[in-house]
Amino acid sequence: MQITLTGIIRLVFERLHIPANWVAPTVMLVASVIVLFFILFVVLYLIYGLRKIMGWIQARIGPNRVGPYGLAQTIADALKLLAKEDIMPAMADKWPFIIAPIIVFVPAYMVYLVIPFGKGGSWVAQDLSIGVLYISAILSIPIIGIITAGWASNNKWSLLGSFRAAAQLVSYEVPLALAMIPPVMLAGSMSLQGIVHAQQGVWFGIFPKWFLATQILGFAIYMMAALAESNLIPFDIMEAESELVAGFNTEYSGMKFALFFLAEFAGMFTVSAIAATLFLGGWLPIHPALSFIPPVFWFLGKTLVLIFVLMWIRSTLPRVRVDQLMSFGWKVLIPLALLNIVWTGAVVLFFPR
Amino acid sequence: MAIRTEEVQINMGPQHPSTHGVLRMILTIDGETVVDARPDIGFLHRGIEKLAEKRTYHQFVGLTDRLDYLSAMLGNAVYAMAVEKVASIEVPARAEYIRVIMMELNRISSHLVFVGAFGLDLGATTPFLYTFREREDIMDIFEAVCGARLTYSYIRPGGVARDMSTGLDQMIRAFLKKMPQRLQEIDELLTGNQIFLIRSRGIGVISAEDAVSYALSGPGLRGSGVALDVRKDDPYSVYPDLDFNVCTEDTCDCLGRYLVRTGEIRESLKIVEQALDALPEGEFTAKVPKVLKPPAGEAYARVESSRGDLGVYLISDGSASPYRLHWRGPSFINLAAVGQMVKGLKIADTVAVLGSLDIVLGEVDR
Repeated sequence: MQITLTGIIRLVFERLHIPANWVAPTVMLVASVIVLFFILFVVLYLIYGLRKIMGWIQARIGPNRVGPYGLAQTIADALKLLAKEDIMPAMADKWPFIIAPIIVFVPAYMVYLVIPFGKGGSWVAQDLSIGVLYISAILSIPIIGIITAGWASNNKWSLLGSFRAAAQLVSYEVPLALAMIPPVMLAGSMSLQGIVHAQQGVWFGIFPKWFLATQILGFAIYMMAALAESNLIPFDIMEAESELVAGFNTEYSGMKFALFFLAEFAGMFTVSAIAATLFLGGWLPIHPALSFIPPVFWFLGKTLVLIFVLMWIRSTLPRVRVDQLMSFGWKVLIPLALLNIVWTGAVVLFFPR
Repeated sequence: MAIRTEEVQINMGPQHPSTHGVLRMILTIDGETVVDARPDIGFLHRGIEKLAEKRTYHQFVGLTDRLDYLSAMLGNAVYAMAVEKVASIEVPARAEYIRVIMMELNRISSHLVFVGAFGLDLGATTPFLYTFREREDIMDIFEAVCGARLTYSYIRPGGVARDMSTGLDQMIRAFLKKMPQRLQEIDELLTGNQIFLIRSRGIGVISAEDAVSYALSGPGLRGSGVALDVRKDDPYSVYPDLDFNVCTEDTCDCLGRYLVRTGEIRESLKIVEQALDALPEGEFTAKVPKVLKPPAGEAYARVESSRGDLGVYLISDGSASPYRLHWRGPSFINLAAVGQMVKGLKIADTVAVLGSLDIVLGEVDR
């Protein structure tokens, strides 16, 4: 019998004579706590990874002082942020200023609940039947927090940053969502597990039946929109350091700043994980012969490769200007994404599964 | 309800990542569009010209490092030339060649900082690290020759502070040898990058007429197609004996100014090589008294610094310190054009235009 979280909790509750109808809520609670810790862990090491990768690319070393290979560096940084004084500008709008980082962080966290880390129900916190819709809905919430942050800071640079963020995120939401539709069409399911299952099998004995095969354009569109969504160079105009100081989070310090930072890196993992799920077969191995490697490693491996690509792009390219970003999004990405849907329709029509 | 929009004034600096020091730009913006930009300077004013009047001629050398701190050798050189003119000091040939080598190496290092910082202004973080790695080699050369890495005080009235040591020749040649390949790397990373091109092409346009009427000089002027270079037009030191080209671009924009500078790096490499080959034996400095009392008179010396036409006007009243010293800082004069150049552009372009002028606030404020 497979050991599942539900099974363990049911067993414990039986021993302790706690009513069985408490099992389901407890499972949800425990699952969300596990996800929360997973996010914290992932974010800490993504920051470390970004600094190390940028170090390699930029002909320097990167963190190497705290712990072996600098592995404890980001933990030390996080502790420092927690211990820092939480400064609030005198003219700031108090409550929006406090709530904004929470609005930004919570959706970034909520998305993780539907990401399938492995095979079966025990590797996903909640396999919603409308998974893809849920993701695109949740991903659009942080914008509200960012605008709130920029407005509440009562700083012109912050406000400019949040205006840019509003324009950018709303515009790039569209190609992102449009690029997520073709895998749904191909799989005939909105559940992320369903989409992964639809990518099983191989062509001619070698090529995996991932959706990438017919969705190279869709994947490219998705990754570009994902760069914009996760606020990375060349699309990091909302906090463009050389222009806007730090954009919407200029006035934030301490734990509130940490929440923005957390959300940003959690988002980077999210968009890569969704890309891996929708286009690269999620937790499926490249070839069935390699299925002795547990699915969760396949999933994390694919996600990390995509994150590496994002970081690679981030440390290589200059930044586009705000009007160039908008015209690229509306005049190039969205028409291409629509064309891609038409193409996918043809694929579904002429090559039914 | 009608939406009411209004222009907003916003302070860019004096604490801002991209003003290259403590410059304050008062921007009037309409959304993202810059309606008006006014540079507000003076945050780094140290009264260096006044300090000159209270110091002996030798004591002031140390302060000439602190004007344009990215090309301190050129600051040293122009001051030394002014003093030599007013005191009629003959500089030995070897000193002249060493000066040219150091000045051109300094020009390369300053332009490398520009390339990196300009990339950083446009959001590219990696070229900055690469150019600083290259600059490090020049710093090592300077450290070997004078012991300092930023404020050299190496070129002094009469010649240079110390002779070039024996190993230095090889050090410089090794640098010259690896530099073209490193420049290639930067070209691949930045110059050929599509995003870099759309960000810099057609941005911050200033026509040749306007550039001349604003008295722009250096790469800012040559980027608008005017081939004016003090090294050619008002030759000093041993430049007439050396073969090099004046780089110009006709595009009049940020890209043009960038390309002029990368071209100048290559020309400077050529100059350094020629000067090394022609380096004569002899004295590295003329005999200059410890307390220099030049006869009453005045002199104007100018060099082509990394930023443009750098001039020093020196009046001597026969005492041990200058009666008056004026520093014509090209950064200060180039900065005046920024208001016109950024009008109607976006905020992001302001940063690019400011970066493309490559000002050093030490020289603007003095």
